[in-house]
This record gives sequence, structure tokens and C-alpha cells, in this order.
Amino acid sequence: MSRLQGLTPILEVRELRTYFFQDEGTVKAVDGASFNVHTGKTLGIVGESGCGKSVTARSILRIVERPGKIVGGSIRLRRFPGGGPANGAASPSGGPRPGGPTEEIDLTALDPTGREARRIRGGDIALVFQEPMTSFSPVHTIGNQIVETVRFHLGLDKDAARERAVGMLRLVGIPKPERRVDEYAFQLSGGLRQRAMIATALSCDPKILIADEPTTALDVTTQAQILDLLRTLQARQGMAVILITHNLGVVAEMCDEVVVMYLGRVVEEGPVDAIFHAPKHPYTQALLRSIPSIHAPVRTKLPTLSGSIPHPYHRPAGCPFHPRCPQAIRGTCDRAEPALEPVAGGADGHRVSCFLYPAP
Amino acid sequence: MTGSAAAPSLLEVRGLRKFFPIRKGFLKRTVGEVRAVDDVDFQIQRGETLSLVGESGCGKTTTSRCILRALAPTAGEIRFRTVAGPVVDVATLSKNELRPLRREMQMIFQDPFSSLNPRKTLLDIVGEPLLVNGVGSRAERIARVAELLRLVGLRPEYMRRFPHAFSGGQRQRIGIARALALHPSLVVADEPVSALDVSVQAQILNLMLDLQAELGLTYLFVAHDLSVVKHVSDRVAVMYVGRIVELAETERLFTGPRHPYTEALLSAVPKPDPRRRAQRIVLEGEVADPAHPPAGCHFHPRCPYAVDVCRTETPRLVPIEPGHLVACHRAADLRLRGIGG
Repeated sequence: MSRLQGLTPILEVRELRTYFFQDEGTVKAVDGASFNVHTGKTLGIVGESGCGKSVTARSILRIVERPGKIVGGSIRLRRFPGGGPANGAASPSGGPRPGGPTEEIDLTALDPTGREARRIRGGDIALVFQEPMTSFSPVHTIGNQIVETVRFHLGLDKDAARERAVGMLRLVGIPKPERRVDEYAFQLSGGLRQRAMIATALSCDPKILIADEPTTALDVTTQAQILDLLRTLQARQGMAVILITHNLGVVAEMCDEVVVMYLGRVVEEGPVDAIFHAPKHPYTQALLRSIPSIHAPVRTKLPTLSGSIPHPYHRPAGCPFHPRCPQAIRGTCDRAEPALEPVAGGADGHRVSCFLYPAP
Repeated sequence: MTGSAAAPSLLEVRGLRKFFPIRKGFLKRTVGEVRAVDDVDFQIQRGETLSLVGESGCGKTTTSRCILRALAPTAGEIRFRTVAGPVVDVATLSKNELRPLRREMQMIFQDPFSSLNPRKTLLDIVGEPLLVNGVGSRAERIARVAELLRLVGLRPEYMRRFPHAFSGGQRQRIGIARALALHPSLVVADEPVSALDVSVQAQILNLMLDLQAELGLTYLFVAHDLSVVKHVSDRVAVMYVGRIVELAETERLFTGPRHPYTEALLSAVPKPDPRRRAQRIVLEGEVADPAHPPAGCHFHPRCPYAVDVCRTETPRLVPIEPGHLVACHRAADLRLRGIGG
């Protein structure tokens, strides 16, 4: 991405392959995905159900559940000297860094249950889930769950950790944090629960925040509050955000860069403006056309994408999108898979995986 | 479709209320009530689509379930014009009296996965309303199911298959075929596309528009997604904590909202265009608890325009222009922002 060139990405995903080996066959949930994540920027990963966006996030955190396995590729996390920007606190995970060389860790090579992976999870990279109700423990208070995280990663004592928990709850805009800290997840409303989830995720100053459909379960007015909160916190902490969503409206409002996935592959990536105003891949184009718009005239039919997403066991050969593609080239698209190549004359960092656009 | 006030309405809801008791303690004493629907009035013309929109807990689903008598309303009238001619009050009919009426009002559900019995074939599922109502012989039922499947864009050969063989969008088509089996005049669709992927969502919305034109259906569409609502509705009613706060023709409601809540809702919808990252109105606080709604206008604690009268007096839903109803004390003097162009 040349607009961001010169900047070393904090996270570099290359040819990631995560497969699920089941009795009925192998599901290639992520099949060769590559993208970069930059400090202070928001990367949106969009796609419909089954495109592999959530498995990608889980692969980065090394929490893919069995029978899923990372079978190829690399995920490089960089720890820059001097900690992240706008982050005065002592670096939570990793030793004395100021002035030292950039550390580089391949997450795929780590033991997922090992010490290093556990340090990274919640320390360097934190995750906000879609459904906060199921991701909080119902038998521990919100405060205890933040305290546990903070004590493990930052090594604070009990009182300091509790103080930090209250501070985090205040930071995310939870009213009366001194009282809420002793409440359970079920005592909070959906919006507050999601705020508490964000507080937990940010409690150890992560460099990367992965938000997996953070507002899907929320109402629009609450969604607006949470998106605003995420934006404010990002500006304040200067972290990188990976926003995983199927809602293109949320992507348009929040992201700097966008990765469009279909059946485990990145079909197009680029700056948000290029993706929305000069989309190249037929899938991206169709997706954008088919979203109901609040600006559309009343009672109009939407252009549709024919067919539906294939069953994961019946992945089409060649370009995974060719059976639904209105512009598929017979004899080409059904035989070979196109590579992700820069768009000729396109915006910086705009790349597409489609035979309609020969590599420049 | 709209506008012609003389046309007899298919459905007229007056003063609809549905309260759920809150019981506590060993003796299950009633200690309060959740006012899920609190004095709702609207009517739907034949062949039109009225949408009920609002956030979770606003009473939109409860309203639709009362109309179908899946719930017994606490008070109010639900006047429905039957095919035979007479207008009946659905709210007061007995179970037996309701039975013939059920054929005329059908429902499309939100979740296409849990609303289809996994142990039954499409023939059983789509044919069940026919069987229950004793319509036709077995051969006739098979023919009708084939016709219905074709109507919703599925191949009739699939009728011996089970729901698991179908994708979410196809399952929703099956649900629609089942709803249409008995030639209903009113179809209540509760969030019919919210569980679907965007590319499939568009297919189902288009199908619903086509079927309406072809069969002259009347839809009561319940949804929270304003963009979806814009695509299907003739008129829209916005609900907040059990009450309708604004009701108008779709275009007018979207471009010139008169209630501050409608304005905030429209502004909160993320627009799929990075060049339109406009200033959003972010409402403070949360939706009021319908068990303890605030006095006066339910919206006043979150309303940026609230004045003293809003805290004490409940505004009535009154026309501000012909066909545009709003329940706001300040409707006449506020200049609110719609979605514009």
C-alpha cells in the first residue's frame, strides 16, 4: 500500500490458510489471505457469512477451535522500539524496548497455549466480540474480569488493578463506574455490555484491536454511540483497529483501508474511497449495488447478485466467485485462480484479484 | 395505493394496548407492568405496505403479534376487513371465531433456520396450512405446493427435500411460500431479511415487492433497518417505547422528519459512502425501560430539544400536515434534518 509505504505495518498477514478438517471434508475457511495492518489506521474486513473474516481474526489471535488449523502462511506482528505512539504507559508485554530493534514475531509459529501467545492475546492484540453476553463470564463481575486481565498482562497488584478497571469503565463512558465494576454482565444493557467489553479489551493498552462485528447485535442509536467511542479511543490510544463487519455502512464511516473477502480469499483491497467509488471486482461491485440505501427512491427494486454463497464443501474450482459472476470468462475463470494484483491506474494500494484486469 | 382516504382500509388499529405483568415473590404478586404497546392507532389500506420501525423493545413486534392474535391485547380494537366483506374486531374474537380468519392473515418470520421444522420436507412445510385447513386432495395439495415454490423462485422438484439442504435465502423463500399458501390478504413480515446476507437480502426484498404486485398483498412490515424499510414501504410508523411517535409517507418521513427521535434514527444509520461521513446526532443514554417509562413524552430524557412541557405532558399523535402524524409538543416550531438528496 504505497500511501502507507515507508510505514512498516504492525501486522502483516501473508498467504494465510486456515482449514477445518472434518469427516465430511475439508473446509478452507481462509485460503490464502494477505493484508497489512498499520498503527493508527482502521482496516475493514468485509464479506458475507462464510467468507472467512471471523476465522481470519481468530487465526491472528491463535484461538481457532479444533478441527481448525492454520496450515500455511505467516502472521507477522512487529513490536516497535519505544512502544506504540500516544502510549506513555510502560509497555505491557515485552521487555525494555525503547531504543531497541524492532521485534518481529510470527504468530503462526507460536504454541497457541504457550506463554508468548497468551502474552500477545490481550496484551498486544485484543478482541471485541460481537455478542458481549456470551463472551463475558456470567459468574464473575465485570470488574473481576478486567482485573484478571490487567494483573496477568501488566502485573499490577489487586488495588491498582481495580483502580484501573474503574478507570477503563469510566473511559468508555459507563456511568457510575465505581458501582458498575461490581455488577455482572447480565445486569448491563446491550450497549453498556459492549462498552464494558471494549473496556476489557483496551485495559492493557493493546497495539491492535480486533473488533468482530462489534455493533451487529445493537440498535442503530446504540451502534452510533459505540462507533463514536471506538473512533475516539483509537485517536487517543493510537492503536491499529481491524474492524470485521458485513455492514458496508459501518465500513464507509469507520475505515481507512478495506479488504473484501469471498470464500476465504481476498478479492479486492484498497483505500476506502477507491473501494466505494471505484470498485473493480465484480463481487465488490455487486455487493455495493445490492445494499439497500437510505438515499434510494422509495419502493424500488434492488439490483441483485444471482445465486447464493456456495456451501463450503462445494467450493467452485478456479475463481471462487465465477459461478455467480456476470462477467465470468469461460475457460479462464473456471480454471485458474487469479492473483491479487495492483489495479492499473488505480488508487495507491488498490489491488484486485480478477482476470478482467490483466496485471499491468 | 396511498393518499386516497376514501378507500376502505383493510386493517384499522385503535387504542391498542398490551401490558405484561411483572410478577415477583413466592405468591407471584403483580408488582408492575411492562407497557409494551401503549395506545397505538394506525390503519393499513388494501395493497399497501406499512412499516413499523423502532429499536428493540419499542413494541413493534408485540404490536404485530397482537394483530395476528398470537397475543391477546390488553385493550383496543383491531378492525380487520374479511374477504367475505364484514369488518371484524380481531381483538375480541374467540379462538373458534379466529380460525377462519387465520387464513387471511399470515406471517413471515425473521429466522429462516428456526422457523422451519427440520424433520419435514418442503411439501409438508408449505402444504401444512392447506392440510390443516382441509384444502384440496393430496394431489391438489402437491400441485399447489409446486405452484407456490415456483412463485417464490424455487424449483418444484425440491419439494421432497428437507430444509437443511437450503441456504438462508432459499429458506426464507420457503417461509414466504408457506405464508402465501392460503391466499392471505394481510401478510405480517417481522424482520424478514435481518438474518440474511446483503446479497441475499436484496433478492428477498425484490421477491416481496413482486409478490405484492402480482397477488395484491398488503404488508405490515416490521423492521429496524431504515434502509430496508425505505425500499419496501408506502408509509412508515416510527415507534418509541410502546407508542407511535411519527407516521407518514415514506419519502416525506425520510426527507422531512418532524419528530426528534426520527431525526436521530435517520442520522444514526451508517451511510455506505465514505464521502458522506457527516456529523451524526448521537443520542445520549439508552432507550427507556417500558416498565418504568419517563413521565410526559417518553423521549424527553434523550431529546436535544426537550422543554418543560415535554417532561410533564404526553404529546398526542396528531396530523401536522395531511397524512403526516407526529407526537411532539414542539413539532410546529422545530426544523429537523432529514436525509436530503
